[in-house]
Amino acid sequence: MAGDAHKLEIFRGLVKFKSNTQKIWGVLILLSVVTAIEVILGIYKPEVLNSHFIGMKLLNWIFIILTIVKAYYITWDFMHMRDEVASLRRMVVWTGVFLICYIIFIILQEGDYVGEVFSNGFVKHDF
Amino acid sequence: MNTTVVDTGTDEKTWGGGNNPLKASYGKMMMWFFITSDSLTFSGFLAAYGFSRFKFSEIWPIADDVFTHVPFIHGNYPMIFVAFMTFILIMSSVTMVLAVDSGHKLDKKRTTIYMFLTVLGGFIFLSSQAWEWSTFIKGDYGAVTTHGGNVIHFVDNDGNRVALKDFAIGQPKEREQHLNKNGLWFTSESNLPSYTFEEVVAGFEANPNLLVKTTYTDPATGHKTILSRNESLKELKTKGKDVVEGANLVHNEYGPPLFANYFFFITGFHGFHVSIGVMLNIIVFFNVILGTYERRRSYEMVEKVGLYWHFVDLVWVFVFTFFYLV
Repeated sequence: MAGDAHKLEIFRGLVKFKSNTQKIWGVLILLSVVTAIEVILGIYKPEVLNSHFIGMKLLNWIFIILTIVKAYYITWDFMHMRDEVASLRRMVVWTGVFLICYIIFIILQEGDYVGEVFSNGFVKHDF
Repeated sequence: MNTTVVDTGTDEKTWGGGNNPLKASYGKMMMWFFITSDSLTFSGFLAAYGFSRFKFSEIWPIADDVFTHVPFIHGNYPMIFVAFMTFILIMSSVTMVLAVDSGHKLDKKRTTIYMFLTVLGGFIFLSSQAWEWSTFIKGDYGAVTTHGGNVIHFVDNDGNRVALKDFAIGQPKEREQHLNKNGLWFTSESNLPSYTFEEVVAGFEANPNLLVKTTYTDPATGHKTILSRNESLKELKTKGKDVVEGANLVHNEYGPPLFANYFFFITGFHGFHVSIGVMLNIIVFFNVILGTYERRRSYEMVEKVGLYWHFVDLVWVFVFTFFYLV
């Protein structure tokens, strides 16, 4: 478990750090930049990104994708998932990803349907 | 020394737990499995939040209208404070991973310093969240609730929010808060709002520059719809029912009651995780100082608690997105 056992390149080898400590600071910079982009988009909300794409605003898709990017680097570099064997990685990540996608799909589908009934249907809620 | 502390006499026995099947120790693997299951719990909560947002998509409050406060500064600054909180948590994740790194090098002094900084970051985050909650509970402008459970906000001609206290006109009233010392000792009621509905209506009629901002989002602009003066008067008088200031689990001034309920529940559950994490970090911090891991020649406990701490940060990244950005 010596320090040199860490895999030190990110972006598929595009950036390679000299030491684990250096990699940590590099990932911090990456996470800060991504957060800053999110915050700036969140404050200014550019009109261009208000168009809809698969049931959601483009802006919201950007937020969610950037969040998953951040989650990837936190898990892979801070939690050292990059250094674990592939079988452990798959047990943890695939199980989570599959079940989370499933619950999100069924629940949001249902929520959208209930919302439709509320707005087009037979329930009066604005009085 | 090493064997007496770390091993339990099961080395090299495949079925006795002496093997590390995934090249990870028992404790570390179990921490990963715990994190997987805990992430499912959190996604269940966030998915439920998504359900309600899709259900009430037109009347859900816009985060930038709700979370606009920064401590010590007056004015309207959405996102700033919560971005600060995110940064604090990411920073404390960094000090944690640096502590793990120093632990691998068996560097007791550095591990101690980094663990201390991690605990400090945890406390800063928790106090920020406490401040966020108290601001949310106290409320800002106040609102009128309708018979149907929606909220009505008030704005001036320029579209700036106006607080109830700036226009409500006192009316003779006989309504007093029922305290348990005055009647049946086992019944009492919660605090009454500072103004009655009649006072708000009187104030609204007396100020011709006030308008009603409904809870419905205009799909074209992404902002809440503001009514004309005549429509505003009609909306307030026909639909208005009660005054609400701040937030609790029954009603809130921001939007549907579920909004506050989810806010309290999800950020509260996350805050609970952070508190547990701070506690574990403090225990590990003292163990590092006492030299427990030094004697074991292994700082793996720092790594295991570190996994939990990073997970808490990971969850916050998602809570941040779904409560404050989307």
